[in-house]
Formats: sequence, C-alpha cells, structure tokens
Amino acid sequence: MADVRIASVTKRYGAVEVVPSLDLHIPEGSFTVLVGPSGCGKSTLLRMIAGLETVSGGTIAIGGRDITHAAPSKRGVAMVFQSYALYPHMTVAENIGFGLRLAGMPKSEMEARVREAADILQLGPLLDRKPKQLSGGQRQRVAIGRAIVRKPKVFLFDEPLSNLDAALRAQMRVELSELHQRLGSTMVYVTHDQVEAMTMADQIVVLNKGCIEQVGAPMDLYRAPQTPFVAGFIGSPKMNFIEGPIAREFGGELLGIRPEHVTLSDREGRWSCTVRHAEHLGGETLVHLDSPEVGRLTVKVSGDIAAAPGVQLYATPGLDTSHVFKGGLRAPS
Amino acid sequence: MPSFSNGRSQEVAMLVPAMLCLVLIIVVPFALSVGFSFTDQRLMPRPIPTRFIGVTNYERMFADRLFWQAIGNTVLFTVLVVPFQLAISLTVAMALNAAIPFRGLFRTVAILPLLLPITVVVAIWAVLYRIPTGPLNAVYQLFAGSENYIDFIGGSDTAMVALVVLSAWATFPYQMLIYLAGLQDVPGDLYEAAELDGATAWQRFRFVTWPSLRNVNIFLLIITTIQALKLFTQVSVMTRGGPNGSTTTIIYYLFQQGFTSQKIGYASAISVFFFVAVTTIAVLQRVFLKNEGEA
Ligand SMILES: Nc1ncnc2c1ncn2[C@@H]1O[C@H](COP(=O)(O)OP(=O)(O)OP(=O)(O)O)[C@@H](O)[C@H]1O
Ligand SMILES: [Mg+2]
Repeated sequence: MADVRIASVTKRYGAVEVVPSLDLHIPEGSFTVLVGPSGCGKSTLLRMIAGLETVSGGTIAIGGRDITHAAPSKRGVAMVFQSYALYPHMTVAENIGFGLRLAGMPKSEMEARVREAADILQLGPLLDRKPKQLSGGQRQRVAIGRAIVRKPKVFLFDEPLSNLDAALRAQMRVELSELHQRLGSTMVYVTHDQVEAMTMADQIVVLNKGCIEQVGAPMDLYRAPQTPFVAGFIGSPKMNFIEGPIAREFGGELLGIRPEHVTLSDREGRWSCTVRHAEHLGGETLVHLDSPEVGRLTVKVSGDIAAAPGVQLYATPGLDTSHVFKGGLRAPS
Repeated sequence: MPSFSNGRSQEVAMLVPAMLCLVLIIVVPFALSVGFSFTDQRLMPRPIPTRFIGVTNYERMFADRLFWQAIGNTVLFTVLVVPFQLAISLTVAMALNAAIPFRGLFRTVAILPLLLPITVVVAIWAVLYRIPTGPLNAVYQLFAGSENYIDFIGGSDTAMVALVVLSAWATFPYQMLIYLAGLQDVPGDLYEAAELDGATAWQRFRFVTWPSLRNVNIFLLIITTIQALKLFTQVSVMTRGGPNGSTTTIIYYLFQQGFTSQKIGYASAISVFFFVAVTTIAVLQRVFLKNEGEA
C-alpha cells in the first residue's frame, strides 16, 4: 500500500498540451475517482501513473519513491482496462497467473495465489475456460483477478464497467467497493459515470481540460462545488444556472440551484412558470418549466405528479441549498 | 414482388455460371490429364494413333530415378524456403508495424519485389550470383581473402540455396502484407497489459503476437507450401534444372517430359500425381493445425 503524489505533471502530444500542470495527492488506501467530460485527460493521467504514457514534465511518486521514469512493471501498479485486455489464447487461470509466471514464481505458490484471487471473485469454476467463453461481467472479474494476484500497491481502473449493462454495473460497483474494503489498497478509478463516482469514491477529482477543478469527498462536491463547472458536472439532472438580476439579488454573478432543491406549488411561490414537459421516472418526476423571470428551469419532485404542458405553476428555490458564484468561483456564504 | 416459392431452383440457376467456369478451367483440364495419363499421347501428332496403355505411365514414373530426384529437390526446396520466407516476411512486417520514421515510404518500398515480373527478378539475381565481379563475389572474396570467385548457380551444392534465397526475396512481400494485416489486428492494450505484467519484448512477442497470429500462420503455411511445391519459373529461367539435375523440381521435370521430350501421356501422369500429393499435403496441414476456436 502506498500513496501517489503527482507534482507539476504536464503532458504534451507534439504541440498540443493535454495536461498543463497538475498537482494531486492520492492518499494511501483511498478510493480516488477521476471524473470529467470526454477528452479531459482522465485516461492520460491514469496511463502516466501506470507508465504506459511518458510524462512531459514533473514527477510522480508512489509510496515516496519517484517512479516518473520507471518501467510499468516496476511501479507496483496493476491496471484494469476498459476492454479487459485478456490474453485470448490463455485460460482464466493462465491469464490471472501470467504476471507471476513471468516473475518466475514457483508453480505451487502461483497456483495458490490464483486460487485465492479466484475465490475472492467467485471465478473458481471458470478457471479452465478461455476468455471468449465468458460473459462480460466474468471477463471483467478475470481482469480484476489479474490485478489482484500481483498484490500491487496501487490499482488503476480505466472505465472498467462501461461495457456492462446497467444491472451488472450496479452489482460490480458494490463488489468493487467491497474489494476495496477487503484489500485496503489505494485505488484510482476513471469514470464518466457520476453514480460510480458518488457511490464508490472517498475522494473525487474533477478534471476539466487537463486541469483539476476540485478535489474532495463526494458529498462535499455535491454540497459545496467550488466552480460552476463542478456544480454543473456533479449531480443529475444538471443544476439550473441563472444569471442576471436574480443572481445579483443573491449577491453573485451566477446562481445555481439543483433540480431537487426547488419546490413546486400551484397556488403560490417565488417564480411563476409554465410547464413545457414532464418526465415520469416512477419514483420521481422531472418537470421542465419556462419562467419569464429565470428562463428555463428543471425541477425534480418525488412521486408522480400530474403536470400537463401549459399548466401554470410556482417554483420556489431552497435558499440554504442554492449556490452563488462570482468571478468563476463559489462566493463565500 | 419477387417470388421465393421456387427459391431452390433459383439458387441453383444463379450458381450455374460460376460452376461452368470452374468446370471449364479446372475440372475439364484435370479430367483430360487423367485421361492422357493412361495413354501414350505425344505432343505432336504421329502417324501411329494414340493407344490406351493402362497404368504403364505410372509404373514408369515410380521406377524413374529422375522423377524421384525431382521430388527430393522439390521437398528440399520447400522445407528450406517456407520457414525462411515466412521468417523474413514476419520480421519485415513487424518492423513496418512499429512506429519507425518514414513508415509509409518503407511500406511502399517493401512491396516493390512483387511489382517486378519474376523473370526480371531472376535476371537481376543471376547477375548477383554469377558474375565474377558481382557484389556477392565481392563479399565472398573479402571474407575468403582470395581472388577466386564462385559461380553460385554453377555448383550443385550452392544452386539450391541460391534458388531458395532468390525465391524468398521475390515473393515475400505477399506474405509480409498478410502478416502486417494480422499484426494490425492485435489489440494494442494486450501489449500494454503484458508490459504491466512485466513481459520483455521477446515475451510480448512470444505470448501476445505469436498466438494472435495463429490463424494467419496456418493460412500462410499452407499457401507458401503450395507456392513452393509449384516452383517452376525461377528454375526454368535461371538454372534449367541443373547442374546435374540438382534443381529440377517436379513441375520443371513435368515440363521437360511433356514439352521437350513431347511425352504428354507421361507428363500427365506426373501432373495427376502432383495434384493428389499437393491436395493431400494441404488437407493434412489443415487437419493437424486447427484454427483458433476450432480446437
Ligand atoms: N496519442 C495521442 N496523440 C494526440 N492527442 C492525444 C493522444 N491521446 C490522447 N490525446 C488527446 O488527449 C486528450 C485527453 O485524452 P484522454 O484519453 O486522456 O481523455 P479521457 O478523459 O480519458 O476521455 P474519455 O472519457 O473519452 O475516455 C484528448 O483531447 C485527446 O484527443
Ligand atoms: Mg479515457
């Protein structure tokens, strides 16, 4: 187990600077999730930690040891790829044990370790199969098993669940969290799925165009996003942003209100609105409204409410849950 | 609305043109060969009519020392050229698949041998091999430290090797292109996973590249073997089967018997034997080397 310290790391592809200069500390034993829009450099950062991508400047240290220029296999990291990257001609057992075999581990010890990993991941009955005889979820487990047996200091995951269906993804989320508790290792996890980020992370790192927007615990990011970007990125559906006089009323340039923090009433309220469209999700309803004062507004209400297009409603923002931004940063409250 | 009620006969009808072509260009000539092989047919018409002579041609063939020598030469050539040519093809393909500078240019240059007519290639190599002042002899003289020179085609021991090197060079780009396509199909993250698993360059080749090329290798082994067994042009242009019959291949011997000696009946027997032998070898290779997923 070890922490990861990234100091002034930059990455350039030719003249294009993908990561300008990044500092990040990933604490020992943490589950750190890197999120951000497509192309923001999440994979690049992860691959630089793995050693699959060279670093254009700065240093990376794992457990206090500078590994900026070390070979990938000498860094004490293991990576789980989005495509699983299983060796197609090897059995599950051979896939899991491959790294140990190359390291020259005695056969009996290797088999014991493979068996142990297989038990953790419930792969026991599948050890003699080839990857193409497995389902997506089983392949994913093998890929994780291959990482576990090497007893790495740091696990790296690049969108490991994105090829799975929704139900399996929910199950694997829980399994990965349990695995983290069980092993206690440092894990760095890339995703663009905010549910994964919110539910699994101890620490979320929000990236935007190669720069860190904010680092913090999931609920801190939700409660107190430091920039409009983080405010808009964390939370679903997306936060409502209101500019102009109303924002000034709240003492800032930009006012952010989460859809779940607005109440609707048909009798009274702060802003009068017209219903444009309602999405019924079963347990809750997303109501999209037009208001002459604040423009478009999305509101999440629990239960299934009848809101036909054209109906007149009143919306009231929760004052202590609104977010005020000034000069691109959160205004002190 | 097309009717599918008579689908079966429609399918058959659509297959007929292709079938006719196949019959005309493969089945008919082969059937004629089989027929001729039981006769004493000559190339030029003679006053005495052609007779049916039973299996005489085949008896003669199996007793013919030169025929067995041709088989030996052909097998030797095949055994030498197939691994050599495939090794060159794979090596060049891997070099051209790596991130080298001017890769596009090198890829184009590498297929040039395919664009030259084989006779031109042979002429070029004949110069290299034969001329006392040629580059190969310059190298030989340098290492041997003597003024002597070797006629690489003139000696029984060197002629076969000369043929192997020339043939491999002349046609390797074909196999190389197929290897290159195969290499490009290997998922890049397998190499990254192997790198994280601590694999050296050799181990990445051994455990990722080589097994991924299994189907390509089987295909290339079969077609390169057939190509080698059919060796003719290089022999006909460069060595004419010599010296002392040391480079006479089955097809060259067949050609000699049929066209130089005009014994079409006998040549037909050889061709029937050759057809059966090549088909058997290809089928055996196919049976013993199962494709990935069929095993
Ligand atoms: N080999 C490369 N050459 C040039 N640019 C590259 C290369 N690899 C990545 N990039 C650029 O670097 C940026 C970051 O890429 P990266 O793959 O890290 O994004 P990401 O955050 O993982 O996105 P996604 O969520 O789509 O996977 C992108 O703008 C991409 O175009
Ligand atoms: Mg990515």
